[in-house]
Amino acid sequence: METFVPPVPSRINYINAQYGLKSWLLTKDHKRIALLYLGSISFFFFIGGLYAMAIRLELLTPQADLLQSTTYNKVFTQHGIIMVFFFLIPSIPATLGNFLVPMMIGAKDLAFPRINLLSWYIYMLGGIVTIYALLAGGVDTGWTFYTPFSTTFSNSYVVATGLGIFINGFSSILTGLNFIVTIHTMRAPGMTWFRLPLFIWAHYATSLIMILGTPVIAITILLLAFERVAHIGIFDPAVGGDPVLFQHLFWFYSHPAVYIMVLPGMGIISELIANFSRKNIFGYSFVAFSSLAIAVFGFLVWGHHLFVASQSVYAGMIFSFLSFAVAIPSAIKVFNWTATLYKASISYDTPMLYALGFIGLFTIGGMTGLFLAALAVDVHLSDTYFVVAHFHYIMVGGTLLAYLGGLHYWWPKITGRMYPEGWGRFSALVVFIGFNLTFLPQFILGYMGMPRRYHVYPAEFQVLHVLSTAGASILGVGLLIPLFYLMWSMRYGKVAPGNPWHLPGLEWRTQSPPPTENFDYTPVVTWEAYEFAPPEETEVVGKFHDKVPEKA
Amino acid sequence: MSEHIVPVKVYVSIFLALMVGTAVTVLAAFQDFPGALNVIVAMTIAVVKATLVVLYFMHVRYSARLIWVIVASALFWMGILFALTFSDYWTRGWL
Ligand code: HEM
Ligand SMILES: [Cu+2]
Repeated sequence: METFVPPVPSRINYINAQYGLKSWLLTKDHKRIALLYLGSISFFFFIGGLYAMAIRLELLTPQADLLQSTTYNKVFTQHGIIMVFFFLIPSIPATLGNFLVPMMIGAKDLAFPRINLLSWYIYMLGGIVTIYALLAGGVDTGWTFYTPFSTTFSNSYVVATGLGIFINGFSSILTGLNFIVTIHTMRAPGMTWFRLPLFIWAHYATSLIMILGTPVIAITILLLAFERVAHIGIFDPAVGGDPVLFQHLFWFYSHPAVYIMVLPGMGIISELIANFSRKNIFGYSFVAFSSLAIAVFGFLVWGHHLFVASQSVYAGMIFSFLSFAVAIPSAIKVFNWTATLYKASISYDTPMLYALGFIGLFTIGGMTGLFLAALAVDVHLSDTYFVVAHFHYIMVGGTLLAYLGGLHYWWPKITGRMYPEGWGRFSALVVFIGFNLTFLPQFILGYMGMPRRYHVYPAEFQVLHVLSTAGASILGVGLLIPLFYLMWSMRYGKVAPGNPWHLPGLEWRTQSPPPTENFDYTPVVTWEAYEFAPPEETEVVGKFHDKVPEKA
Repeated sequence: MSEHIVPVKVYVSIFLALMVGTAVTVLAAFQDFPGALNVIVAMTIAVVKATLVVLYFMHVRYSARLIWVIVASALFWMGILFALTFSDYWTRGWL
């Protein structure tokens, strides 16, 4: 077997291989498309963040002083729509996934490079239509578009916003399709299924949900639009429809969609935990298959959103039971990550700080999900701030932290520059503190009876709301710091070597940034995932073993 | 990928069959059948038409086994959607 020779860094890479706007807008390189997505989702994250600021500022006081009620309705709706559909769902798959799926399996690109580019254009079109709807007058239905309000009573731009989401869905489907075909057909020689990094398993599972679930939300939005425009009697009881049917159809997609958001994050965490512990992950196949289990069982629990929506008690019991069952694969992951840390030589670099934060916050988010899945408890907690806290613990404490961890971890590979480690650790800490200060009080608020989506509230809730707004400000600062130093590092950061973390994964066995074809030669994989050379075989330089494993 | 060339005649006859199906749907809509039969008749016609589209216009009939597996899993997933939704509707009166 050939020994591994670190490629000589050549000056030509995917970034400087071609110049000019056209070379970006017409690129078929998955790495460049990943950067296009990175720019666009950051833009939407920023807009969504502005709405979040408006919400938190309004909630500082018990009265409605900053925003009128109708405006407030639009602000939280638009915050939710932008964050869910235009940031969280594409965030990890379309950026880091796009960049890394081919690199981690030793391929030159995704299976359908043109379709990959098309998915970005569709995403942008959907985004523009949605932004148009927001500028034209906005939408006030909540991100869940519940009928009959959305079909009959709302005076806002429901159809236009729905159209934007409808279009955007196709970009999701195309990304999923591309990943599945790529993972099936383009693995490098020797890259067997059980040598795949867990990031790949997670993206495979996510892609299944994207393909199987997204068409349903598309149809649902279409029916909603027909109903609103032509009153055809799907959801409107006055003409033979049923408003609860909308909730069934909506959550058939949107519960699995919460796993579209968190599964790729789990994939990143598996990478970070194994690599920064310099150990194979504990129970590789359990972690891999738990991703698939989540993808499948995630489709069986949507009724836990309908417990108080006149759903039958028997269906409620079935959905409650299944919701408890779906927590098992997530718990498997948490236990296996923790077990991996046991007796490991852990290094606390920025990505690892985010990963450790993820484990704690995701656990809280998941456990409170179980509270909500218990029928009687949910009667008390439904539609309160407890729910808001629950899903932010998973979507922000989970997905966003994983995304930031992954972005730092692969930043040297993507840009060829190191980020400043000190600033990185500092801002990770600020994010963690700010996050908890924002959302822990919301659990208590919800338990005490503070409903979600109201901006006027009893005076006794104010202390907790002020704490939450203070936390949100800290969180905001914690997110702005990386924005600045990451941009700074693109120019002034230390030049990154091909393998700055000294890791065995394929993406590290090529120069940083990679050449357009990713590898100078087709890699042949002869090692298992996360196979670190035993300490006695390597010299220890600094805190890392200096060599990547060379196995015959 | 072996390309199967479908004669135009097949497309035309499927199209005509779909048109007949549409006509029957409209006719059936003006009949009031007893009980649940209205829905059953409408759904049966719709399923037959959809099957024709999938088999011929979408070429599944001439496609590889893998495609059949994918069609089957899509139908299975739709089955989940229906089954669990009806676990609500059919048991509403029980309590
Ligand atoms: C793993 C990632 C998860 C994410 C991203 C997530 C996200 C969400 C979101 C967005 C909502 C609120 C929807 C809305 O009404 O606007 C929600 C509510 C809910 N979640 Fe989760 N969730 C996750 C996991 C879980 C788990 C594991 C369970 C239970 C086993 C669970 C149980 C619930 C329940 C019962 C509600 C409805 C609460 C109510 O409206 O009364 N969630 N979740
Ligand atoms: Cu759910």
